[in-house]
Amino acid sequence: MASSIRVRAILNGDTTEVQTLIQHPMDTGLVKDSKGELIPAHYIQQLSFEHNGKTVFQADWGTAVSKDPYVKFAFKGAAKGDEIKVSWLDNKGATDNLTAKIQ
Amino acid sequence: MRARSALSFATAALALAGVTSAAPAADTVDPAHEAKAFQDFFIKKFPKVKLEDFVNGPYSMNEDMRKQWEEKEQFPPYEFALEAGKEMFATPFKNGKTYADCFANGGIGVRQNYPTFDEKDGMVVTLELALNKCRLANGETPYSYVKDEMASLTAYMAYTSRGKPFDIKIPNDPRALQAFEKGKEYFYTRRGQLNFSCASCHVQNPGERIRAEILAPALGILNAMPIYRSEWSGMGTISRRFTTCNSQIRGVPLEPQSEEYRDLEYYLSYVSNGLPISGPGARP
Repeated sequence: MASSIRVRAILNGDTTEVQTLIQHPMDTGLVKDSKGELIPAHYIQQLSFEHNGKTVFQADWGTAVSKDPYVKFAFKGAAKGDEIKVSWLDNKGATDNLTAKIQ
Repeated sequence: MRARSALSFATAALALAGVTSAAPAADTVDPAHEAKAFQDFFIKKFPKVKLEDFVNGPYSMNEDMRKQWEEKEQFPPYEFALEAGKEMFATPFKNGKTYADCFANGGIGVRQNYPTFDEKDGMVVTLELALNKCRLANGETPYSYVKDEMASLTAYMAYTSRGKPFDIKIPNDPRALQAFEKGKEYFYTRRGQLNFSCASCHVQNPGERIRAEILAPALGILNAMPIYRSEWSGMGTISRRFTTCNSQIRGVPLEPQSEEYRDLEYYLSYVSNGLPISGPGARP
């Protein structure tokens, strides 16, 4: 199966701009399905970005974040060709990660 | 009940067509002329918008939205569907055949030719219908017309056809002309509790706001299909767009891919002939 993460990191001057799209249902646990039964909560709790083993961005998420979330941020101190690792962990214990090169 | 009245309507229309076919040429439908008049209307109404830019819907009408969209397009929300569609398209059915076997040129770069008129069955065949026909012919169960798999497949097929101009053909067959006419009639007929026709929004008021949204022009509106709508937080096909439009005007939507919707798609695609395919699209 294809990765649930899309990431693009581009070095521009001395800052690296990182864009990420994650495929995840982000169910709040408050919505009912067509049969009237609650869809159990299923959402990403932790998202982190590591550059050379050092965390540059970390988010503690809850149910208020939308389905298929998109994240964009920038940080300093990276060089072209460095690797950036994205990983997430959801409330059901599922996890995924992806490593991309900074362009 | 509805099916029966539709049937009797069709018979009546056929009988009518039989009568009118004997009428002089001046009374016959001239789709090419219709399409030109339709396009000229939009060109005159929006002199600043380039013809090929109408396919970008509300973004061709509003500078702020356009900027947001351009940024979004660097990382489009339909990417997951597109990838899923590509994979599905390449995956063989249980009998070993693939979607590619059902389409000309292996299904690559053919979106601009749909809908077509099937002269054998005497009906309009949309891409969505053709995909489900293909599945049925190969012993698979058909997909829902509105979203998910169908949206992913059409997204991939549209993507391989990007930039190709819509090239809808109306064969010299009275039934094809009739389908075009009926599609036009559907487009301009008011319905629902709000008493809106398709044209009320998409011909009379493109670029204007309807609540927080900017209305898209009818010209080129199907070129961007299927679309990822943030409002739906997912993908939707042409069928989904039609049914949702009907419920938004508080009308009763028809069955996806019913004859009326197919005729409407035939009409609406034909009058956008020459405009490039831009799907899959992203809309707010």
